[in-house]
Amino acid sequence: MHQPTSARFKANAKAALADAELQKALHFVQTNFPQRRRDVAAKLPEFEALRDAARDIKNHTLAHLDLYLEAFENNATARGSQLHFAVTGDDANRIVLDLCRQYGARTVTKGKSMVGEEIGLNAYLEANGIDPVETDLGEYIIQIRHELPSHIIMPAVHLRKNQIEADFRRVHTSLPKDRNLDEPAALLAEARATLRAKFLAADVGITGANFLVAETGSAVIVTNEGNGDLTATLPRVHIVIASIEKLVPTLEDMAQLMRVLARSATAQEMSVYTTLMTGPRRGGDPDGPAEHHIVIVDNGRSAMLAGQFRDMLRCIRCGACLNHCPIYHAVGGHAYGWIYPGPMGAVLTPSLIGVDKAGQLPNASTFCGRCEEVCPVRIPLPRLMRFWREREFERRLSPATQRAGLKAWAFLARRPRLYRLMTAPAMQVLAWFGRKSGRFAALPLASGWTKVRDLPAPQGKTFQAQWRERGRQ
Amino acid sequence: MARTTKRVGLLVTCLVDLIRPSVGFAAVKLLEDAECTVEVPPQTCCGQPAFNSGDRAAARAIAEQVIAAFEHYDYIVAPSGSCAAQLRVHYPELFQGDPNWQPRADAFAARTYELTQFLVDVLGGERLTARCEAIATYHDSCSSLRECGVHDQPRKLLASVEGLQLTEMAETETCCGFGGTFCVKFPDISDVMVTKKAANVAATGADLLLAGDLGCLLNIAGKLSREGKTIAVRHVAEVLAGTLERPPIGVPAKADRAPVAQEAGR
Repeated sequence: MHQPTSARFKANAKAALADAELQKALHFVQTNFPQRRRDVAAKLPEFEALRDAARDIKNHTLAHLDLYLEAFENNATARGSQLHFAVTGDDANRIVLDLCRQYGARTVTKGKSMVGEEIGLNAYLEANGIDPVETDLGEYIIQIRHELPSHIIMPAVHLRKNQIEADFRRVHTSLPKDRNLDEPAALLAEARATLRAKFLAADVGITGANFLVAETGSAVIVTNEGNGDLTATLPRVHIVIASIEKLVPTLEDMAQLMRVLARSATAQEMSVYTTLMTGPRRGGDPDGPAEHHIVIVDNGRSAMLAGQFRDMLRCIRCGACLNHCPIYHAVGGHAYGWIYPGPMGAVLTPSLIGVDKAGQLPNASTFCGRCEEVCPVRIPLPRLMRFWREREFERRLSPATQRAGLKAWAFLARRPRLYRLMTAPAMQVLAWFGRKSGRFAALPLASGWTKVRDLPAPQGKTFQAQWRERGRQ
Repeated sequence: MARTTKRVGLLVTCLVDLIRPSVGFAAVKLLEDAECTVEVPPQTCCGQPAFNSGDRAAARAIAEQVIAAFEHYDYIVAPSGSCAAQLRVHYPELFQGDPNWQPRADAFAARTYELTQFLVDVLGGERLTARCEAIATYHDSCSSLRECGVHDQPRKLLASVEGLQLTEMAETETCCGFGGTFCVKFPDISDVMVTKKAANVAATGADLLLAGDLGCLLNIAGKLSREGKTIAVRHVAEVLAGTLERPPIGVPAKADRAPVAQEAGR
């Protein structure tokens, strides 16, 4: 399993900024998705109302999660699914491995699952002699590169076509050297041919779920490649792995959430494939798995439910906050050091691996608010990031120099007279030094600023000093 | 002064107080021209650096001080969307559930405005007598735009400034990378953001950059001058008030290096 490097965010970011290929890939995200999302949202007059409804559905579900979990269990069991509950990621891994062993599986195909990434399922299966094959194209590419996803819906968005071609030539040993892979379609065809054989050979298929519908016991996935359907229907056994906050009460609720999901994610009205999977194959069904298992994972969610970060459990993993984040645009997903990047990752990662390991993430934000502005379930992401900063401050995890500086400043800020006495002469001195050029190219104690930009010099006397000189109140 | 005059407490903001007092005087002129009585009670800062650094106790103590100093005015106005948002949006959040302070914070927040928002939405002013020969572009600061809902107000007012032509830049709503302490905590990332912003400013061909927040302006002006670009940078209040005596941000009183900047400043 990949060890999180979130504690090294700054160093990761520096490397990312120096990576020319990555920067080209990120430019595509920045220049493409925000505009496309704006256009598709503008075409739907009720889009803002739908976002309210989506938020309300999620809030309602979270408020009655016990009820809906039980309803889901009853309805899924009644339709022949076998349910498993995993408190931790390790529990979930063990449950999946046991199932694979029970069915004598050697090869398993996988649809994209973020919770699978979160718990390190692939590495666990590999370590236990089972060969997991990712079937989402992006997920397949990062699997053969032994990388983490850099985006929650476009795992390989950090890569350029030529890099992917090189990976295919490295791993697909039967690929003729003279085969032309210049076109993206040729790369796709090559991946498809390779994966087709895996689909047919797999003993077990594992998918995630975008939603679990309590009223019907269905697991729902949306994909654009159809790989989820092949993973779920071709092998004899289908295992769904999903975290508890994927629950929604009814099909109607799911349909409402779907209307904001694809628009927010990829600016599509809906994804190409939407599949509701309810129980194993029944008597007259032409296809489908003989055995259907659903593993519901908690892994820290119920602890979040009771605390300050509950709003984060509304997240439907659309990736809009990543697509609109200027920090994500600058450094990409890998800099965040684990599987959840961008604003949602800056809130969720500390919840899952600890703020002591991921404290830099909620600090790496200007609180520009663009994430909250586009979030389809209206998660107040900047506020939640601020809550993490408060936890850090309380636990004295923020750098000592920073805390001391803040303390000194706050001391002054609470004493207006002393503040004026201290700041007024300081500004005059600075203004005098800056009088010739009007700015500072370098200034002691301000190198963080002047390293990359000039510091404009102050005008001289402070406003409050001048105001008093004029005898005004 | 008119008898039905509105009493306005001006939160100068710490950056304007310390670095660019001319913005504060421009704000006073705009408010007094609109027949408000303006007072500036002793003040320091709105507490945002503490609030955003996780020091809630300090943020609260400073907020109490600001509320006590300003709550007896009819209105509280700040020439900054960021500080106005701290007062309007975050003070009520800080005191949520406090039986003594929450009602005070809520009442205070409801009477607090960003400068251009106050001039347009409360005073209904859209016509000014200012003059400024320049092609200007306006940067929407994040807090003004997303927390205060300021977008059309400065543009409406700028449209009445004689000689001024407004040209919009690409991605005007994208953050400039200032973000308070962010810009010094993450200078590499901040640099990328302000570089993009400076490029978008320069691409408009404008000779004057305006915004309603001095933090963003210092950041972008510092980048433009570091890159050797001679685009004048000013707070929108200076242009609206027609008080352009002081040179633009980062330009010395007797500038010999930045002729365009000086010209746009006249």
